[in-house]
Amino acid sequence: MSALNVEPNFDDADAFYSALIEAHRGLSDEQSTALNARLVLLLANHIGAESVLRDALEKARQSVDEETNT
Amino acid sequence: MPSGRQNPVYAYRRSADQDAGVTSRHHPVVIVGAGPSGLTAAIALDACGIDTVVLDDNDTVSTGSRAICFAKRTLEIWDRLGCAAPMLEKGVVWQVGKVFFRDAQVYQFNLQPEGGHKMPAFINLQQYYVEEFLVDRIGELTRVDLRWKNRVTRVEPRDDRVQIEVETPDGHYVLSCDYLLAADGANSLVRESVGAVARGQEFHDQFLICDISMHADFPTERWFWFDPPFHSGHSVLLHRQPDNVWRVDFQIGADADAAQALRIENIRPRIDAMLGEQTKWDLEWASAYTFRCRKLDRLVHGRVLFIGDSAHQVSPFGARGANGAVQGVENLAWKLARVIRGEAPGELLSTYDGERQRGAAENLLHSTRATDFITPKSPISRVLRDSVLRLAKRYPFARALVNSGRLSAPCRYDDSPLNTPDEDRFTSLARPGSPCPDAPISIDGNPGWLLEKLGGSFVLLVAGPAVPDELRTLPDLTVLELGADFAVTSDDLARRYDLVGGAAYLIRPDQHVAARWRRLDAGAVTRALRRALGCELKEVA
Repeated sequence: MSALNVEPNFDDADAFYSALIEAHRGLSDEQSTALNARLVLLLANHIGAESVLRDALEKARQSVDEETNT
Repeated sequence: MPSGRQNPVYAYRRSADQDAGVTSRHHPVVIVGAGPSGLTAAIALDACGIDTVVLDDNDTVSTGSRAICFAKRTLEIWDRLGCAAPMLEKGVVWQVGKVFFRDAQVYQFNLQPEGGHKMPAFINLQQYYVEEFLVDRIGELTRVDLRWKNRVTRVEPRDDRVQIEVETPDGHYVLSCDYLLAADGANSLVRESVGAVARGQEFHDQFLICDISMHADFPTERWFWFDPPFHSGHSVLLHRQPDNVWRVDFQIGADADAAQALRIENIRPRIDAMLGEQTKWDLEWASAYTFRCRKLDRLVHGRVLFIGDSAHQVSPFGARGANGAVQGVENLAWKLARVIRGEAPGELLSTYDGERQRGAAENLLHSTRATDFITPKSPISRVLRDSVLRLAKRYPFARALVNSGRLSAPCRYDDSPLNTPDEDRFTSLARPGSPCPDAPISIDGNPGWLLEKLGGSFVLLVAGPAVPDELRTLPDLTVLELGADFAVTSDDLARRYDLVGGAAYLIRPDQHVAARWRRLDAGAVTRALRRALGCELKEVA
């Protein structure tokens, strides 16, 4: 069973981040939320492995909960 | 108390041009502006045997520290030109960087330097020291006529020369030149005179920059805060310079009143909140700025060539302004010298534009990306940025996305028409167009560095067997043969160049690779040399 990779794995982290910001350019907040949702679904399908996806969901949720509590 | 630094004052001297007849006022090269670009250009051209006149409207070096981070490639260029030693001695190096978000440290990193290079990855050094050391170097040279308090009032490009009018404490005079290098900064008068327009993006965020001297020991680390409690909603950068001077850079936003922010009674509480009230410090210099990212469409306008900020400006994040400028000057100097000496066609200068447009575009890209991360432009950008910072505390992958400015890396001129494309396979990254990596070597048993042996002329770096005599007698080509001329003291050279049995590199005078082969062939070397001098550009044109 494969685990969620949290080590750096981008070909080019700066290029990805810049493309991500660019993808949101000109969108309303609502549209941006929709874009993020679609991005999550596309990437989740690409990953496929349920255990990995569950791990990612947990870590993301945990990070948001921590933020809310601080 | 402040560090006590006083800028040197350079005396105005009346030049022979101001008394001479019309015929004696012509020069091969005039450089307008004695900042890092103009001074480096004069030194680089002197090394090529070209006389220059440098005109500067002031009589001292820059005020305030301005550029403070000088990267390895820049130091290598200055080392080749004989001016790096005092910079290295004075400069400071940090290795530990800390990133904070809100009230907590997110992570810290340690930049372990890669071994086997003469120069460090970078040094922090105030621009006024850099300029002073460059001026000192010029004092040792014979071909640079550096004229202080010579303010250029008018530039008139003509077909056969450029005419320049100058105002001095003694009045006005006129001189002319074959080529004018415009190193007169962001608000270039020369740029206006030739009708060149710099295009790009203007950023509205304001920054308050303070250089402070500290009384107590404070760690030599770079600290970057995103949205700290003492400066909510903005970023703050703290890093060290020589003389116990620290650069503090506060983002203050587009709507801040800069004049108010600059008042000492408003600066003091900000810095006290950051350092803690027990830390004693004095203000050396403060300034508020906004920045632009822009460049000229063409760096070459006939006989007028633009270098430094007059040619391209970037945001300060990533230290790409002065570093990019010096790399541009190094690119131009050897080409201009060979055109002036009649050894290369005038078309060679067009490759200064092509190669450095690429360099400028890269510098703009990296500094703009850092700027976008530091100052999110929309609510969603901020959510993404803050999410990266939250995740970075626990997960290493997110640290790769945190961008508070990347270390300046030199440009590879991958598509340059001066390159002879690879036909053979090499495992090393030193492909045609790349800057040459350094490596430890020894000469007659004495330790040295490869880069000390490269540059000035073209160099044919070969790993045996015997080099044909016809290559040893070519003008402007120096043969550097592994075994015969130098020995290696580590595997760095083999690894960085994949230089084994019979392989050869043709290296340009600016220490960039022009061509490389697995097996040395005199005909191929001669053709690559012609190509690297721009001779084929002329045939196409």
